[in-house]
Amino acid sequence: MKKTIRQLIAAAVLALPVATAVAAGGGVPLDKAPINLKDTESLQRGAQMFTNYCLSCHSANAMRYNRLLDIGLSEEQIKANILPPGAKIGDTMKISMTKADAAAWFGAAPPDLSVIARSRGADYLYSYMRSFYKDPSRETGWNNLVFDKAAMPHVFAQWQGEQVLKHEKHEGHDVPKLELVKAGTLTKLENGKANTAEYDHRMADLTNYLVFMGEPTQVKRHQLGYIVLLFLIVVMLPLAYLLKKEYWKDVH
Amino acid sequence: MSKGKALLNWVDERFPLSSMMKEHVTEYYAPKNFNFWYFFGSLAMLVLVIQIVTGIFLTMNYKPDAASAFMSVEYIMRDVGGGWIIRYMHSTGASMFFVVVYLHMFRGLIYGSYKQPRELVWVFGTLIFLCLMAEAFMGYLLPWGQMSFWGAQVIVNLFGSIPVIGPDLSVWIRGDYVVSDATLNRFFALHVIAVPLILLALVVAHLIALHEVGSNNPDGVEIKKNKDPITHIPLDGIPFHPYYTVKDVLGVVVFLIVFSAILFFAPEGGGYFLEAPNFDPADPLKTPAHIAPVWYFTPFYAILRAIPSFLGTQVWGVLGMGAAVVLIAFLPWLDKSPVKSVRYRGPKFKIALVLFVISFIGLGILGALPSTDVRTIVAQVLSFIYFAFFLAMPFYTKNDVGSIPVPDRVTESTPARQVRFVLLWALTLAGSVLFVMYV
Repeated sequence: MKKTIRQLIAAAVLALPVATAVAAGGGVPLDKAPINLKDTESLQRGAQMFTNYCLSCHSANAMRYNRLLDIGLSEEQIKANILPPGAKIGDTMKISMTKADAAAWFGAAPPDLSVIARSRGADYLYSYMRSFYKDPSRETGWNNLVFDKAAMPHVFAQWQGEQVLKHEKHEGHDVPKLELVKAGTLTKLENGKANTAEYDHRMADLTNYLVFMGEPTQVKRHQLGYIVLLFLIVVMLPLAYLLKKEYWKDVH
Repeated sequence: MSKGKALLNWVDERFPLSSMMKEHVTEYYAPKNFNFWYFFGSLAMLVLVIQIVTGIFLTMNYKPDAASAFMSVEYIMRDVGGGWIIRYMHSTGASMFFVVVYLHMFRGLIYGSYKQPRELVWVFGTLIFLCLMAEAFMGYLLPWGQMSFWGAQVIVNLFGSIPVIGPDLSVWIRGDYVVSDATLNRFFALHVIAVPLILLALVVAHLIALHEVGSNNPDGVEIKKNKDPITHIPLDGIPFHPYYTVKDVLGVVVFLIVFSAILFFAPEGGGYFLEAPNFDPADPLKTPAHIAPVWYFTPFYAILRAIPSFLGTQVWGVLGMGAAVVLIAFLPWLDKSPVKSVRYRGPKFKIALVLFVISFIGLGILGALPSTDVRTIVAQVLSFIYFAFFLAMPFYTKNDVGSIPVPDRVTESTPARQVRFVLLWALTLAGSVLFVMYV
C-alpha cells in the first residue's frame, strides 16, 4: 500500500492501449468533424444511420426515442422508421444483448453511446469511423488507425470499401497513412485517386447525431444563453450601475 | 403606531431582530475605499447559496448507487424539467466557488487582512477553504465517471502512505478495499449533510468575527481609530447597507454575466470544469491514461508529485500537500511587517508576492499535465518558492516598509496606481503561464 501513489502514477503512464487511444487518438492527428447541430436534415440522416447500424450492438440507455422530436422528426416518422418492434416512443434506446454476452462475443462489451461524443469528442469519432483498415492479424480482419486493436469490425465496409495501412517517410519520421485500395458503394477510385466525399459526408451526419445525442439540450442551451446574457447586460447591468451611482453620490 | 411597527416591536421584545439588523447591516460601518478585490466575499456567499439550492434539487433526482449514479446524472440532464440547467449551475458553481475564494484569499494577502486584530477571521476562512476542498472532492465522486472514480482512488490511497495506520485508515475511509458503492454512499452523506453543516457554521463564525473587528481596507488603515467625536461613527466608514449592498449588486450582476456565459456556452470549461473522461462510467478495471484532478486542486497535486519519496515512504509528498494548505492559516503570525497593505510595504514583500503568485499558477498548470523529468524539476523549484514564501516570511517582512508612510485616513486610488497594478499583475500572470507552457 505504501507505494500506491507511485504504482498509480506508473499505471497512468503505462496505461492500457485502449485508454491511450482514447486520450491521444493513438497519436494520430484527428480530422475536424463538420458539426452543425442546427442542420436537422443531417441529424435526421445520422439518427437513421445510428438506429439502423449501431443500435444492434451499442445501446444508448440515456436516450429516449421521443427525443428525436427535437431534430424535426414527427411522432409518426419515429414510429414508422426508427422505433424497433415492440418499443414505445418514450422508451430509451436499449439493446437486448447483455454486457456479459457482448464481452464474450466481441472480446470487449461495446460501450453505451449516449454520451460517447462528450467523452471522446466529435473529431475523434469522425476520424475513427473513417480509419478502419484491413489487418489479417486481427480476428475481425480489421484494425483502426485511430484506435489500435479496436474490437469493433468495420460496419460500413460495404460503403467505404477497403483501406490498407501504408508508411510514408516524412523528414525521417514514419508517418502512417491509410490508402483506399478497393472502392465501396460510397467511394470511388479513379486513376488511383480516391474520392471519399460521399462516405465522409455520411460519417459527418452520424457524428453530428452522436454530438446531438450526447447533450440533446445543446441548441436550446445556446438560445436560452443569449436571452439570459442579453437580459443581464442590457437590463440588469445599467440598472445596477445607476443604482450604485445614485446611492454613492454623497460619499466623498 | 402602525401595525407593521407594532409587529416589529412584538418581535424585538422576544428576539433581537432590529438590533441584529443594525449591528450587521444598517449600522455596520465598512471603510468607504473598498475596491475591485472586495467583491469576492459577497460573491462567495452568493455561490454558496447557489450550490446549496441547486444541490437540494439535484439530490431529489440523483441516485447514490454505483449501479445507477452515472445514469441518474444523465436522467437529470435529459428528463428532469430544467435539470440540465440545475446540474450545470452546480458544476459551474463548484469551479466558480474556487475562483471567487482564491481571489478573496489573494485580497487578504495583498492588503494584510489577516493581521492583528483579524487573525481569527483568517483562521475561520482557512477552515472554510479546507471544508470547501473536502466538499468538492467528495462531490466529484458522485457523477461516478472515470475521473470521479480514479481521482478518489488516488486521493484516498494517499492516506495509505501514512506509516503504520495508513492501510487500515484508507480502508476505513473507503469502507472497502477499493472505491466502491460503499464509498459512494458515504461520500454522498458527507457531501450533502456533514460538510455543508460545518461549512455554514464556519461561515457564520467568519462573519461574526469580521463584524466584531471591522473590515480591513486597501490602505490597511484602522477606520475605528478616527471616529466622529459626537456620533462615534468612523469618519471613513459608511453603513454596509445601503452603500455596499447596492455596490455588491453591481458585482453580482457582473459575476452572473461571467457565470452564465460559462453555464450556457462552455459548461465543460474546456474540459477543466467537467473532464471528458468523466463521461465514461466508472470502471475499476480500466485506468485512464492520465489522471488529473480538477483544476482547483492542481497546485496542491503538483506539490504532492514534486516531493520525492525517501526513507522508503511516500508520506512526504502527502505531508507537503497538507502543509501547503495548513501553512495558509499561520500567515497572521508569520507576517512580521509593521504595515498591512502592500501599498505601504517595501520591495521585499512585493517581490515575494509576485514569486508566490507565479509559483501557485505554475504549480496549477503543472498539476494538470502529465509529469516529465523537466516538469518535475520545475515543480520542485516552484514548490520550494511556495513554501519559502511562508517560511521565510518572518525574515523578509521585518522592517520591510515602502517609501510612502501609512496615511492616517483611507485614500482613494489614483488612475496611475490602478494602471501600474493591472500592468504588474498582467505581466506576472502572462509570464507564469508562458513559462510553464514552454516547459
